[in-house]
Amino acid sequence: MRVSLFITCLIDQLWPSVGSSAVEVLRRAGCEVVFDERQTCCGQPAFNTGYRAEARRLARRFIEIFEEGGADYVVSPSGSCTAMAHHFHELFADDEAWRRRAEALAARTYEFGGFLVNVLKVEDVGASFKGRVTWHDACHGLRDLGLREEPRRLIRGVRGAEFVELANADSCCGFGGTFSVKYPEISVAILDNKIDAIEKAGVRAVVSGDASCLMQIGGRLTRNNSSVKTMHLAELLASRE
Amino acid sequence: MHQQTSETFDRNAREALADVQLRGALRNLATTFGGRRKEAIATVEDWEGLRDRARAAKDETLAHLDKYLEQFVGNAEKAGAQIHWARDGAEACRIVLDLIRARGASRLVKSKSMATEEIHLNAALEAEGLAPVETDLGEWIIQLAHETPSHIVVPAIHKSKRQIAELFAEKVGIEPTDDVAVLTGAARRILRRSFAEAEVGISGVNFGVAETGTILILENEGNARLTTSLPRTHIAVMGIEKVIPKFTDLDVFLKLLPRSGTGQRLTAYQSLITGTKRRPEDEGPEELHLVLMDNGRSRMLSHPVTRQSLACIRCGACLNACPVYQQVGGHAYGSVYPGPIGAVITPQLSGLKQSAQLPYASSLCGACREVCPVKIDIPELLLHLRAEVTEGTAAGTAAQHGPVKSRPLERLAFGLYARAWSSPTLYLWGARVARLLQGAVVRKGRIGKVGGLLAKLAPPLAAWTEWRDAPPLAPRTFREQWREEQKR
Repeated sequence: MRVSLFITCLIDQLWPSVGSSAVEVLRRAGCEVVFDERQTCCGQPAFNTGYRAEARRLARRFIEIFEEGGADYVVSPSGSCTAMAHHFHELFADDEAWRRRAEALAARTYEFGGFLVNVLKVEDVGASFKGRVTWHDACHGLRDLGLREEPRRLIRGVRGAEFVELANADSCCGFGGTFSVKYPEISVAILDNKIDAIEKAGVRAVVSGDASCLMQIGGRLTRNNSSVKTMHLAELLASRE
Repeated sequence: MHQQTSETFDRNAREALADVQLRGALRNLATTFGGRRKEAIATVEDWEGLRDRARAAKDETLAHLDKYLEQFVGNAEKAGAQIHWARDGAEACRIVLDLIRARGASRLVKSKSMATEEIHLNAALEAEGLAPVETDLGEWIIQLAHETPSHIVVPAIHKSKRQIAELFAEKVGIEPTDDVAVLTGAARRILRRSFAEAEVGISGVNFGVAETGTILILENEGNARLTTSLPRTHIAVMGIEKVIPKFTDLDVFLKLLPRSGTGQRLTAYQSLITGTKRRPEDEGPEELHLVLMDNGRSRMLSHPVTRQSLACIRCGACLNACPVYQQVGGHAYGSVYPGPIGAVITPQLSGLKQSAQLPYASSLCGACREVCPVKIDIPELLLHLRAEVTEGTAAGTAAQHGPVKSRPLERLAFGLYARAWSSPTLYLWGARVARLLQGAVVRKGRIGKVGGLLAKLAPPLAAWTEWRDAPPLAPRTFREQWREEQKR
């Protein structure tokens, strides 16, 4: 099975290890992984801030690039950017041809964890990790894509990892894209509820499916000199310790 | 404190976050209301199916609103109600005022109604020396304190028990006490007198049934029952979107609304009012006036995306679920409609010029959409309004009340982003340059609080790092690593 990987800008620029972890896990699960180097961004920052023309430009590019290459699926280690690909059709309400292309691409575009569980039917990827971990539901993976049990099943499949449910795991971390810098005080006030819950969980790592949430949570954890570290689901699933 | 309007949302929010008392009052909002809601919806067999049915009934009504309004009006008139049409809030206020004056009335009682809050009816009446007494306990407290409601269902949610005790001691003249029974007892005593004397009762409407001309009012204190039945004249103000086709549709909405709003299976009172009293010996008002108000609703109706705003049944569940509302409360929104639904409705009612901040006052987490009993896609609406803000186009919303303030820097930034990110070369070189430059700010593998010139040059970076560390760019991007791996 041929999988074309979409590596989000945040992962590409800040946490390339999340990308290489995703590659490793997908290969371990039997996929042939391809990566088209022309890819950049899904356009979500523009779309979510109201700049539709700019978002449309990047969406067209995204669609063109991922239509080529003959992959069976497009997989991305981000619920948020995957959800954006599922929203592309809204940008082409008046453009039937592009709307169809957007819909066709969305139909074979999956978030990493959801792809493993729902398409590959894999829950144990042979990972091991020492210590207690918890899961933060990134909003778009949870509410736009409906992924609730999938990541939890994958984490439970990690040998040595003790999974504890986070209090209000499904409440927002306060990131929200440009919201985090337009209204930083509100964003951080929301974040601090999340941080409290994480500290109370007494974990070694908080795991999530979106680098953006991890940037928000991790940025506050290190500012507070917390011992809890942030991990992307792909990193946990690639871990062998 | 400054005048809180939707234009100053950022300032209002900062003040709210610094208000220890307010944060205490809001602390349990999500757990109490959210928790009760969860328990209440568990008592319904097919909650999702119920939501779909409710939305379908609303969609059907909105698709043929003219027909259902005509039917509703015809049947209400047949039952003895008098109909008044109001294009906007000012006209609705004038109609109510004229009705009161024509009856020479001065003693007025009023039950809780968002439609009358929306048009600031009390202020309009007070300006003419005709202040109605609010009879819902929460609204009465707000009226005593000369404040505005901060929640659609629980208007005094921002006030602590202690503040209410102090308010009662000052305004009602009872000994300060935190005994709720004593406080409510005092309120009851005073309000009963107002009820007994009232010549006109003013209410809102939860649902208007087209098939019968009936209006339905839900409440828990019995005050709406008294407001609509004791005075000789009853005036009900309703938005034109409150109509539903059939009496049996109430079955769906009566299951949804109380559960979503207060986590009750049913409110304590449901008053179904069809026209006026028929025979002299019957109880109830002799006159029933229905003020049907547009006030921007036709405009919302005209666009398929904004149309869903009119499906709202004012339950307040989205407020309770919203992480932003939970932090800043209702007053920060500077509108009678706060929270996620307020961020959507307010700009459509008062124009985006005044409320351009509100569609951005959300992390787009989608918790509102998840709890909405009529499945309004609030994030979709927020994004729609954000696009109207930047494009200044719009189906009327942006243009109304003048153009939205332009954002040249933001526009430039997103233009550059779209261009650079469309070119792998520019994207890569941008990253390389940024990597070279970041050496100036990276300490111990992270970017701490930035200040000085950099903070001025890059306000988003300053806003981020004020409270959070930022991660540095990796020494090599994923694509660079991939390329090397392919070469091997």
